[in-house]
This record gives sequence, C-alpha cells and structure tokens, in this order.
Amino acid sequence: MLSWMTFFPVIGALSITFVPKDRKEIVKTVAAAAAAVPLILAVQLFMNFDRSIAGFQFVEHYEWIKSFNIEYFMGIDGLSVPMVLLTALLSFLCIIASWKIDKACKGYFALFLLLEAGMMGVFVSLDFFLFYVFWEVMLLPMYFLIGIWGGPRKEYAAIKFFLYTLAGSVLMLLAMIAFYYNVQDPVTGGHTFNMLHMMDQANHGGILDVANIRFVIWMALFIGFAIKVPIFPFHTWLPDAHVEAPTAVSVILAGVLLKMGTYGILRISYPILPDQAVNFMIPLAILGAINIIYGAFCAMAQSDMKKLVAYSSVSHMGYVLLGMAAMNSTGINGAVLQMFNHGTITAMMFLCVGVIYDRAHHRDIDGFGGLGLQMPVYTSVFSFALFAAVGLPGLSGFVSEAMVFLGAFPVHRTIAIVSALGIVIGAAYVLWMLQRVFLGPKNDKYDDLPDISARELFTLVPIGLIVLLLGVYPMPVLDLMKASLNHLIKVVAG
Amino acid sequence: MSLEMLNIPNWSDMGRFIPEAVFFCTFLLALLGDIVARKRPAVPFAIVLAGSLTALAFAVAGLAGDEQTILGELVAVDGMAAFFRVIFAFVAVITVLFSWASEEIMGTGREHKGEYYALIALMTGGMMVMAAARDLLMLYLSLELVSLTSYVMAGYMRNSLRATEASVKYMIFGAVSSGIMLYGLSLIFGLTGEMTFAGIRDALAAGRADPLALLTVSVLIFAGLGYKIAMVPFHFWCPDVYEGSPTPVAGFFSVAPKAAGFALLIRFFYTTLTPVVGRVDFPLLIAVLSVATMTFGNLAAVRQVNVKRLLAYSSIAHVGYLLMGFLMLTAEGLQAILFYLLVYALMNLGAFIFVVAINNSLKSEHLDDYAGLGYRAPWAAVMMIVFLFSLTGLPPTAGFVGKFYLFAEVIRREWYWLAIVGVLNSVISLFYYMKIAKAFYFTKQEGDPVRIAPMHYVTMAVLAAPTLALGLYWGKFKALADRAIEHFGGM
Repeated sequence: MLSWMTFFPVIGALSITFVPKDRKEIVKTVAAAAAAVPLILAVQLFMNFDRSIAGFQFVEHYEWIKSFNIEYFMGIDGLSVPMVLLTALLSFLCIIASWKIDKACKGYFALFLLLEAGMMGVFVSLDFFLFYVFWEVMLLPMYFLIGIWGGPRKEYAAIKFFLYTLAGSVLMLLAMIAFYYNVQDPVTGGHTFNMLHMMDQANHGGILDVANIRFVIWMALFIGFAIKVPIFPFHTWLPDAHVEAPTAVSVILAGVLLKMGTYGILRISYPILPDQAVNFMIPLAILGAINIIYGAFCAMAQSDMKKLVAYSSVSHMGYVLLGMAAMNSTGINGAVLQMFNHGTITAMMFLCVGVIYDRAHHRDIDGFGGLGLQMPVYTSVFSFALFAAVGLPGLSGFVSEAMVFLGAFPVHRTIAIVSALGIVIGAAYVLWMLQRVFLGPKNDKYDDLPDISARELFTLVPIGLIVLLLGVYPMPVLDLMKASLNHLIKVVAG
Repeated sequence: MSLEMLNIPNWSDMGRFIPEAVFFCTFLLALLGDIVARKRPAVPFAIVLAGSLTALAFAVAGLAGDEQTILGELVAVDGMAAFFRVIFAFVAVITVLFSWASEEIMGTGREHKGEYYALIALMTGGMMVMAAARDLLMLYLSLELVSLTSYVMAGYMRNSLRATEASVKYMIFGAVSSGIMLYGLSLIFGLTGEMTFAGIRDALAAGRADPLALLTVSVLIFAGLGYKIAMVPFHFWCPDVYEGSPTPVAGFFSVAPKAAGFALLIRFFYTTLTPVVGRVDFPLLIAVLSVATMTFGNLAAVRQVNVKRLLAYSSIAHVGYLLMGFLMLTAEGLQAILFYLLVYALMNLGAFIFVVAINNSLKSEHLDDYAGLGYRAPWAAVMMIVFLFSLTGLPPTAGFVGKFYLFAEVIRREWYWLAIVGVLNSVISLFYYMKIAKAFYFTKQEGDPVRIAPMHYVTMAVLAAPTLALGLYWGKFKALADRAIEHFGGM
C-alpha cells in the first residue's frame, strides 16, 4: 500500500508524457486522477491505522542491493501518518489549484506528480539510503517547477533553492555513510542502512562511541535538516523560492517540504543520537525563538503578500522547533500537530494569495483596499485563514501553539516567554494586512474583480473544514501520533 | 628478466586474447577496406562496427573466465582486464555509431573518413592491452600506442587550425610526460631489477628500496599516467585538446583513454606498492592531488560558456573524485573507481553525444545557443538532463551510486576532510551543470525544432536508459567491479 501511494504518481507522470501536447484537459484529468489515488489510499490508511501501537505499521521490506545491505524498507508510525495525509491532501488540491496552468502543461503536471512521489517516499522510508534517494529526487522537480513556471526572478530563486538544499543534503549523505559503517546489524553482523537498527544504541560501535564525533555527525544532520526547515540563519532561500514559485508550488513548499526538515530531525537525529539531542535542547529552543520573533518581524516589514506569508512560515516553523526542544509529551505532540496545522493553514493562505494574484496580477498589499465589499466570499475565506494563522482559539493553529507553549514553559521558561511575543507580532502583521487589503476606502481600480470561483473554493473549503475541525476537536490527529511520539520521548529523554 | 624466460605465444594463449585480437584485425581490415572501396566510408564503418560488436560479445563472454597470464607473462587476462574490455568495446561501439551521423567527421569535403574508424579500432585494442599490461615494457608500449593514435585523432580535421593546434599540443605535452614516466620506469627497474609488476612487488616487499627513492619513482610514474587521465597539475592540455578535436573524438577521449589510464594506474600501483603503503606517504599525496584536481576542474568549469570546454573541465573534476578511491589502495576503493568509470563512460559519452547532435544542426557549442532547446528538441534535452543530473551525482541516477561508493570508502578510511571537500565540490558542480539545464528551459526562445539524426537519438537512448536504470538497481554491475579487483591482486 505504501509503495502504491508513493509510486502511483510516478505512473501518472509517465502516462502524461504519452498524452498529445494539445490535449491539455486530458493531461490535467490524468494528473488529478493520479493524485487522487494516493489521497484515497491515505484516507484508507487513516482508517486502518492502529492507534495503540507505537511501532511501525504497513511495513514493506525487501532486499534491494544485497552487497551493500541496502533495503527497500517502508513503514509508517504516528509521526509519519499525519505527514502522509498532509502530502496526499495538499498534492491533490494543488493539482486542482493549478488547473489554469497553460504553459507547457504536460511538463508541469508530470513534474508535480514526481514531486509528490518524492515527498511521499521521504515520509514512508525506513531505510536511510532509500530515504536519501527520495529526499534528493524531490529537488529536481522543484528546481524546474520554480525555474520554468515561476515569477520574474525565477532563475535566481530556483538555483538558490537547489544549491542550498543540496549543500545540506550532501552533509546528510556523509552522516549517513558514517552511520552505515558504524552500526551493526544485530542479525547478520554486517553494516546496515536500516533506521530501526540505527536507532538501537546497542548496535552502535566504532566512531559512534566517541562523543565528539557524535556531535559532529549530529551537526551535519542538523544543518541538512535546518536548511530545509528553514532554521535561521539558513532561511534566506525560502522567501526567494516562495515569492517566485507559482501558487501551487508555494503551497507544497510551505505545506509539505518544510516539514521534511523537522520530520528528519524527529525521525533520524533524535532517535539515532538521543544523547546529542538532549544536549542540543537549549540551542534548539533558542533557534526556535529566533525563528518565531525574527520571522514575525520580517513578515511585518513586507509589502508583498506572498513574502509576508513566506516569512510567517519561518515564524510558525519556530513553534515546531520550540515544541521539539521541550522534549516532553505535550511539547513534541504539539510540535507535530503544528507541523500538520501549519501545512493546512499556510496552504490556505498561499492559495488565497494566488486567487488575488490571478485577478490583479500583483500582490502589493498597499495596492488594494476595500476589497471586502468587492469580493465578500473571498474576504471571508482569506480572513478565516489569517485568523487561523494568528492562532485564534477554535481554529487548529491555536491548539498546536498552545500545546507547544504548555510543553516548553516548564523546560525553557524564559525562552517560552520571549517566544510568546511572536503571537503578538503575528496578530499585528496579520491584522494590519487585513485592514490594508480588505477594509478602508475602496480602490476603484478593482471595481470589476470577480469574486472567488467554485474551483478555487473547492481547493480551499476542505482545508478550511480540517482547520475548523481540528481547532475544536484535535483528537483525530493527536490520537494518531500519541503512542509513537511518547515512545520517541522515552527513547530520547529516557 | 632474461630472454630464456620469454615464452613463445601459443594458440591457447591467443584464445584468451580474442577481443584484443578482434580489434587489431578489424583495424587492418578497415584499412584494407578503405583502400579497396575508395571514397566509400560506409565500408570501413561497417567493418569497424561489426568488429567492435564482435569484440564486445567476446568481452562480455570473457567476464566469466578465470585469471591467467599470457604472452610470456607480459599481460594478464583476469577480472580487471575483462571488466575494462567490456567498457572499451562498448565505448567503441557507441563512438562508431554516433560518429557516423556527425557532421564534423562525415561532413562533405572531409578526407580519410575511413581511416577515422580504423583508428578507433586500433586505439581501443591498445587500451585493452593497457588494462591488461603487467610488465613495464607492455605498460610503455601500450600507452604509446594509445597516445600516438590519439594525437592523430585529435588532429583529424586537418584543415582546422584549432584541430592542428590541439594535436600538436597534445603530442608535445604527451611526449614530455612519456619521458618523465620512462625515467620513473627505468628507476624502478634499477631499484628492483625486475620488469614484471609482480616481480617488482616481491622485490619491494623484501625491502630492497629506500622510501625516498620509492617516493621519487612513484611521483615520476604517477606524473606520466596523471597526464593521461588529466590530473592537476598535468591537466592543462585537456580543455584545449577537447575543444580543438572533433566533438565525437573529444567524447571518446574524455572516457576511454581516461579509463585506460586508471586501469594502468590501478594495476601498477596496486600490484607493486601495496606492500609498502606504510613506508611511503602515498595517501596524503593522492588526497592533495585529488582535492586540487576536483576543485580546479569545478571552479574552471563554472566560468565556461562553451559547452565542450565546460565538459572538458568537468571531466577534470571527475578525475579528482576518482582519485579519492585511489587513496589508500584498498580493494574497496578500487572497486569504487571501477564502478564509477563504468557509470562515467555512460553519462559523459551521453553528454558529448548531445553536444555532437546539437552541433550538427546549430553549428554551435555556445551555451547561449542552447537556450530553449528543451522546447526545440524535447526528447534529446530530457536525456541530456538525465546525463547532467548523473554527472552532478544526484539520485536516482547512476552517477549518484558511483559517487556514493567513492565517498563511502573515503569515510570508511576516516578521511573526513577529504569527504567534505568532495561533497562541497559536488555542490559547485551542480551550479554549472544546471546552467545547461537552465538554458534549455528557463529562457524560452522561439525557434524551429532542432533536427537530430536518428542515430544520435538511438545512441543517446542506449546510454540514458542504463544511466537511469543503474541508479535504481546496480547490484550485479557492482558485483562485476568487485570481482574484477578481487581477481587480480595476486598477479
């Protein structure tokens, strides 16, 4: 089942290449169908997932390259399930949201499906080598999606994204090889890429017994993941990439790709190097606070809506880091819930920005005004998304942020208090933007802007419902991850 | 070695020398064919193609054979020779095929088209001998055979000033480096009194040479062979020669003689120096050269706007990566080199074929003229993208697997700084490889579809398919490389 989820989009991408170039409707339908299958499978998985088990389920385990003990090993636990759901959902909705793409549309949808396959693969792999392959595979479609279909500075943004993330992932590659040679397979005695074996400290040997080297490996992994998150000061690729990318790609970037960084830390760094994770708690919390405050201030300074949303992502990922740094049940559960919630909320915001950009062809906050009268439905949807981002009680962002703070407060009291400022600043930039775009005197230039269309609503409403539901009743997601994450905390913090 | 030890070659020996023999016979037949069928290059083309395919078939069949020395112990027919035979024969087949549709080689007014194919056969045969040589005499003879042939091939476009310059440059530098190496070879003969690699090893193991002399010898020989593989600081001929030579020849040069050079390096140093690795600080020397080579190659490639020159500099960088595997003269490192050479042959030839194909219709190798090719020649561009990603070393392509094994060995040997420099170099290389991809797609330029010869499509596909497939499953091929190294150490 996991293989089908991962590789069905690839099949879709291949079939698209055989559709004649001028049959754009067929291309789009095939793409939507290819993305719908993983979504259906993901829902099925959600239903059948055994919430009481901390370990891995739906495991697929085969030999791949025997001489190097590389395995085809997939499985999911409570940490991966929310991410898999998010990937499947956002990918499908993004394909719908991209319906208007006309330029080289075969290439666009084929690359998009490849991207989905790469992301899905990252979240289900349990063999480090396989994980790395998926991690890298996802870079290529992203590079082209930004570079070909992006905005005016697309070339710069695309290559910057590519260089940054590749620099991070090659460090990860070195760490991976270091693990390989120093972790023993308990059954065969050979070296292994199996993450489960790597997590068992009893299998560690060689240089992994040396604390300093463990620290170096931790840092290599951390930089690799930090670039993806992105953690300050590795964040500079993000605003560029977001602003230049087409709407749907921004959604995927913020909604799913950024999560791969924090997912990597929780899936790989924490359980394999728990001692380093514990030592790194305070720096991580501080970095989280910097992300929150710095990101929020940057967002406030933006005049471009998309840039504002992009910097708000930097800020919101800071909450995830803070929760992870707390290393207690509330904090980490809150962090993972925040990963999921940020994915949905930020997706809504980017989609909303895309809607207005399609109509007005600019995103300058001060260029609008009084849109509330002109586009009432749109205004209410966008405001809903923005309030969710602020963390208004009753919407999902509030639940996860509250959990993060509840978790972090007893452990990092000062840092948590400082970080809480981020909420205030967040409210400030969001309300300020709301006021400048939707309220106030009406800008006559936009008298004939049509309101949001049914197709656009189709992409926004499902996410909105999830945001509302999880805001009132977060248990469906919390239940999924609780067992696995509590087990993780036991492994790391003892 | 005294004369009475020389065995007269006999028929059973020749039975193990079939691919080489096929190539040399093909060379003669092609020359004859060229004379008999004047002005009809199809005849030598067909002869060489048939010969290369036959040799390839024999080479593949020979992979299973056991190890043995033949021709009076001058050459060894073992796992490694068999492995390289397959690479060389395959490269020859591909080169012959895509040269046939190349404007530069087959264009109107070009003379001696037949000779060109004959020379490919001769050179391939020579390289096969290089990979099998286990005696100083054979080492030198085979190396010179390959070198002389390549000087001629580099200057194949006689009317082009650029080509003539390339050829002369190649020859002068080649002769000097040969001289240096010959000096090293005579020194080692003087030190040990042996001509065969095995004899030299035994003499060194017995401790007959002092470390300083040994280091001098290693450096001299390494310099000579380093020239062949375009290692910094013996690389300066490489971009000029590649740029001046016809592109098919440049593609052939960038892969085959390099692989042959590495084969010789591996066989000579692994056989002779293994017992004294501790006594000579060989690893540090190699590490420094490796870093210099890859960094120089990459930094220089970044600035290039001529795609052929860009690929030339990038091929220097790849030599740097390959040298990482050479570091400790461990079996694992050499296996990684062999596998990388196999992968490198696929992807680099592929990239050069693309340049040939585009040059045929656009008459340009300039990066600016590549703008919009993704729309003007979609399939060829996609295949080129595969080659470029593979050259960068991104999964799921063969290039990633190749680099992975090289880095794995460096880390296993705990040369962390070298590994870090190596991966950072990969990041630099991404920048210039992506410049080509960027030109294809990011700047849409209106223009007619570019016509690409069907033969070029076929040869590119033949290379692109395994470049991708080897990125997903490479177990069997890695096993071949492993076996190749395991089966020659003792000879």
